[in-house]
Amino acid sequence: MGKGRFGIHGGQYITETLMNELIRLEEAYEHYKNDKDFNDELNHLFNTYAGRPSLLYYADKMTKDLGGAKIYLKREDLNHTGSHKINNVLGQALLAKKMGKTRLIAETGAGQHGVATATAAALLDMECEVFMGKEDTDRQALNVYRMELLGAKVHAVTTGTMTLKDAVNDAMREWSNRVSDTHYCLGSVMGPHPFPTIVRDFQSIISKEARAQILEAEGKLPAAVIACVGGGSNSIGSFYNFIEDKDVELIGCEAAGLGIDTDKHAATIAKGSIGIFHGMKSYFCQDEYGQIAPVYSISAGLDYPGIGPEHAYLHDIGRAQYVPITDEEAVDAFEYLSRTEGIIPAIESAHAVAQARKIAKNYSKDQSIIICISGRGDKDVAAIARYRGVDIHD
Amino acid sequence: MIDKIKKVFETENGKAFIPFITAGDPDAESTVKFVLEMERAGADMIELGIPFSDPTAEGVVIQEANIRALKGGMTTDTAFGIVEKIRAQSEIPLAFMTYINPVFHYGYERFFAKCEELNVGAIILPDCPYEESGELKDIAESHNVAVVTMISPTSDDRIRRVAKDAKGFIYVVSSMGVTGVRTEFNTDLDKIVTALKNETDVPCAIGFGISTPEQAKRMASISDGAIVGSAIVRIVAEHGRDAAPYIYEFVKSMKDAVAEA
Repeated sequence: MGKGRFGIHGGQYITETLMNELIRLEEAYEHYKNDKDFNDELNHLFNTYAGRPSLLYYADKMTKDLGGAKIYLKREDLNHTGSHKINNVLGQALLAKKMGKTRLIAETGAGQHGVATATAAALLDMECEVFMGKEDTDRQALNVYRMELLGAKVHAVTTGTMTLKDAVNDAMREWSNRVSDTHYCLGSVMGPHPFPTIVRDFQSIISKEARAQILEAEGKLPAAVIACVGGGSNSIGSFYNFIEDKDVELIGCEAAGLGIDTDKHAATIAKGSIGIFHGMKSYFCQDEYGQIAPVYSISAGLDYPGIGPEHAYLHDIGRAQYVPITDEEAVDAFEYLSRTEGIIPAIESAHAVAQARKIAKNYSKDQSIIICISGRGDKDVAAIARYRGVDIHD
Repeated sequence: MIDKIKKVFETENGKAFIPFITAGDPDAESTVKFVLEMERAGADMIELGIPFSDPTAEGVVIQEANIRALKGGMTTDTAFGIVEKIRAQSEIPLAFMTYINPVFHYGYERFFAKCEELNVGAIILPDCPYEESGELKDIAESHNVAVVTMISPTSDDRIRRVAKDAKGFIYVVSSMGVTGVRTEFNTDLDKIVTALKNETDVPCAIGFGISTPEQAKRMASISDGAIVGSAIVRIVAEHGRDAAPYIYEFVKSMKDAVAEA
């Protein structure tokens, strides 16, 4: 069995052409992750450029309205570029630069990771090309233009289902074509080892901060941490430093689209089975022959047929639970948070808000729940308007 | 029985020509016909692709063939059905080419037992590198199926480690990137083949990008054979069910070139 396992999940199921590059990446990461200069430089970027630490905001009105646990929002939406994606991207871009790379490629779903990668590339003087499904370039046109403004080239991927998984396919194809000067800045805790570990480590800043912040605010750990899960980067980042705190419930919210009893969803844990795809063994939405299923969600960022291998493992051992949230529930939560707290969350993050609305009352008033608001919702406003039958232009 | 693959390379000049087509493109019946036609044209072994929804090692031509085949209702079971029909008429050596997920999902034991029953002697899985092959290699070999080792332009120091366990034949990937027709090859293939020959006497064939008799001859002259996929799949894409005579003509020209290598 290869490296990078989380229980039976993970591994390095990738072409021979990329194997030596993955080995080099692992060696570089193992070296720099404990290198003081590298960490100083990264922390400097986090604090002076990305706007870290992000706030842990006590949502008083929401707490009173839901009538149970105190609700805290981990405000990753306040980061530069508007989501948690910048945490991973700054880490990987800096690592790539140390490895002598001059070009970053990335896949993107909603466009948040693409924007973050384009941003880091601009800042660090690197070339950048982003692969994005044609369906997503259409529904997230603003983010496409944003990436172009930042100097990146955006490829609209027209193969397969023309969404996130196809963007990953084409980014992998491009990387195997050109590795010597190019780093594939993978956006989630997925893909072949060492990506799930690298991305998790860079995103774990979320729970490192949140754990200290909640202890400061409440004097004790939260009852639950809730985050949305596509590939699973903001959620693993939100969970990671609480994994050893056995009394803290970890809840991942998957996209149930039109419902998990329809064929229009992306609920990998609820409806998927074990498979091997995109470099990793994990759970995937697939048919009886192992053909990857077309998935659906109103949220482009959760519209992915797999889940990171560490989540698959946390599910297997029962340490985290994964629940499906429909489009309708997410849109309701999107509007709810906007009106209640004056915070417009990304439609991805709204899946986590929806779950909190369901369960907050099951907890007592001296308990707390942290919801990761992984991104801001500006990008989704036009789509939500369309969902509600309001015709506005981006 | 893995020795059977070795026999593929026991031609007059010790060089083999190995064409590839996607099973079920455009339909199962045509695939049977195309395979028999390629045998008649002199193919030494035929690589049969079991389509996958997300073939990340393929260029556009074979990606589209996968989509056509899946849209036509192709499954792993119908791929075995195609082989059954071929086996009723021919003993041409066959290898499967697919991705690891369809095999994993079918069940390694069940899949390779079926391969043994139908005399499919090798499998090529581009997304299963040496490091991960442990979970299926023993099962495959217990059913006399060789899991083909792939070597690429970036393998470098890995050649020694990877080649020592090679069975059947070694697939040398000619270039960076994915499958698809190329006009030139920048890789120092002589050096790679020489490094391989220092490690193993398992035959090696070169694939990725080969589309002309001249290229096939050159590749076969530095190795033990040439593998051609996209150029044939392109003929199928163009002529559909009527592709047989064009495939015959192309494969014959390629085999003749390889025989002169």
